[in-house]
Amino acid sequence: MPVLELRGIARHFGAIQALGGVDLTLDRGEVLGLMGDNGAGKSTLVKIIAGSLQPSTGTMRLDGQEVRFARPGEARAAGIELVHQDLALCDNLPAALNVFLGREIVRRIGPFRFLDRGAMFARAEELFAELKSETRPRDLVRSMSGGQRQAVAIARTRLADPKIVLLDEPTAAISVRQVEEVLGLIRQLRSTGHAVILISHRMPDVFSVADRVAVLRRGQKVADKPIAQTSAEEVTGLITGAIEIA
Amino acid sequence: MSRQDETIGSAARAEPFDAVGFAARHSAVIFLVALVVVFALLEPRFLSAFNLMNVLRQVSISGLIAIGMTFVILTAGIDLSVGALVALSGLVGAYVAKGGLEDRFAVGASVDAGNPVILAFLAAAAVGMAGGALQGWAVTRLRVPPFVVTLGGLTAFRGAALLFSGGGPISGFSPAYTWWGQGRIATVPIPVVIFAVTALIAHIVLRHTRFGLHVYAVGANPRAAEENGVPVRRVTWLVYVIVGFACGLATFLLSARLNSAEAVAGLGLELDVIAAVVIGGTSLFGGVGGVFGTVVGALLIGVLRNGLVLMNVSSFIQQIVIGLILVAAVAFDQYAAARRRS
Repeated sequence: MPVLELRGIARHFGAIQALGGVDLTLDRGEVLGLMGDNGAGKSTLVKIIAGSLQPSTGTMRLDGQEVRFARPGEARAAGIELVHQDLALCDNLPAALNVFLGREIVRRIGPFRFLDRGAMFARAEELFAELKSETRPRDLVRSMSGGQRQAVAIARTRLADPKIVLLDEPTAAISVRQVEEVLGLIRQLRSTGHAVILISHRMPDVFSVADRVAVLRRGQKVADKPIAQTSAEEVTGLITGAIEIA
Repeated sequence: MSRQDETIGSAARAEPFDAVGFAARHSAVIFLVALVVVFALLEPRFLSAFNLMNVLRQVSISGLIAIGMTFVILTAGIDLSVGALVALSGLVGAYVAKGGLEDRFAVGASVDAGNPVILAFLAAAAVGMAGGALQGWAVTRLRVPPFVVTLGGLTAFRGAALLFSGGGPISGFSPAYTWWGQGRIATVPIPVVIFAVTALIAHIVLRHTRFGLHVYAVGANPRAAEENGVPVRRVTWLVYVIVGFACGLATFLLSARLNSAEAVAGLGLELDVIAAVVIGGTSLFGGVGGVFGTVVGALLIGVLRNGLVLMNVSSFIQQIVIGLILVAAVAFDQYAAARRRS
């Protein structure tokens, strides 16, 4: 049974059809590359899955159960984590406290609750180690590379052991060397059985890490096939419309 | 004061010792120590226990408010209304202490006819917190910038204070009341004890509680904080309530020391308070700084004033010197920040 199953998901904004009836499935431990030009509907689809937008029509099933999310918090509670493109980090705080921001570990002393910094640093260290990242829990985010920042944002999604992790353009704003680090993080997520949707403009990244690629064009899914059965040329053609449908 | 070290749980790294960077990061502490040494050498009276206690007592009132202001500035806010709020909440507290305005100048038998001291304090604190809550509401709900909201507060609270008192002071409290401003525990004045305890509590709240962490997060990146489930509006609102409480507490101690509350109390106090916070290394852009720095900043201003007075330097020159130090402190911090980035 797929972990996520979308049927006929459509969304319009007034007269504009952003998404016109998309079917999509995702299996456990699978990395799906979601590609498409600007305005193809990628963001709309991701926002619907993450609960920040509601579909006009269509159904969404999580582990076979039909779900409806009114808010991002509901999607998160159901096991869907979105890593924003801007990462939502506070660069004056150390890596570990960014991981736990909003979900801090506290210790009760009498009527008071105090931050359990030791526990948070230790847990963050474990998470970074699981992700095979060299990020150090005590380092300030301000002093970190783009790849390490991405690791912090991804480590945050692991606190709740989510079913699905959505990554929005994680390699868009970082150096080539750090891209490799981020792709490593994604492989690490897959190896622990998480399903990943990677939204990206970068063809080499998708081909290096994804198991399957889905292409959106003008709100329609025009391709959905295993990486092994396609090529960068074909996907480029599908994105631009040079190839109608695959 | 150190920006890096006052940021929550910053990294300790094994790097070669960077003397210039160290000096820039700890500029306020180094400058405070240097000032104490210079004054001690130039003026024998400076180091006497009596004089040092005097400095601490003078610092404690504005220092208390500066502690509250640290919370506000850490969220990248500002509160210009503290001086006016001190006047208003002080008058209300005094009114409650006296049980009315009828015998506002009476000193003597009738002073015990009023309400218990605790009620007077609670009234002052409640007015301070209400003023802060109102301003915090305008900042978070009406989305008016804090500078504008509290500039309005500065005028409005001062006006309310004048209206409430009819322009005159309320004087003559019971000994139980004035003890809070004039009494001592061992040799330490009560306001100094309260200042120290408040600083300690504020430090613990900022560094060791969820709320404190959220204050730093809101100051650095409110949108990121929001996306991670930090209640940004509530945190922002609360920091104004906290500085309001600090005003109420400070004005209670001030009126007890002076045995009087008046509508012109705390004129220009906001500048001293903000100067202490900024000299202490808390960034006006939010997210960086802390209470320890603020205490150092307040002490620095207090020591400087006291030393210059003892040396018969004119108060006009004092103002110039404090202004220059304010700018120098921020310049040092910028320099330290630039070094860290490179």
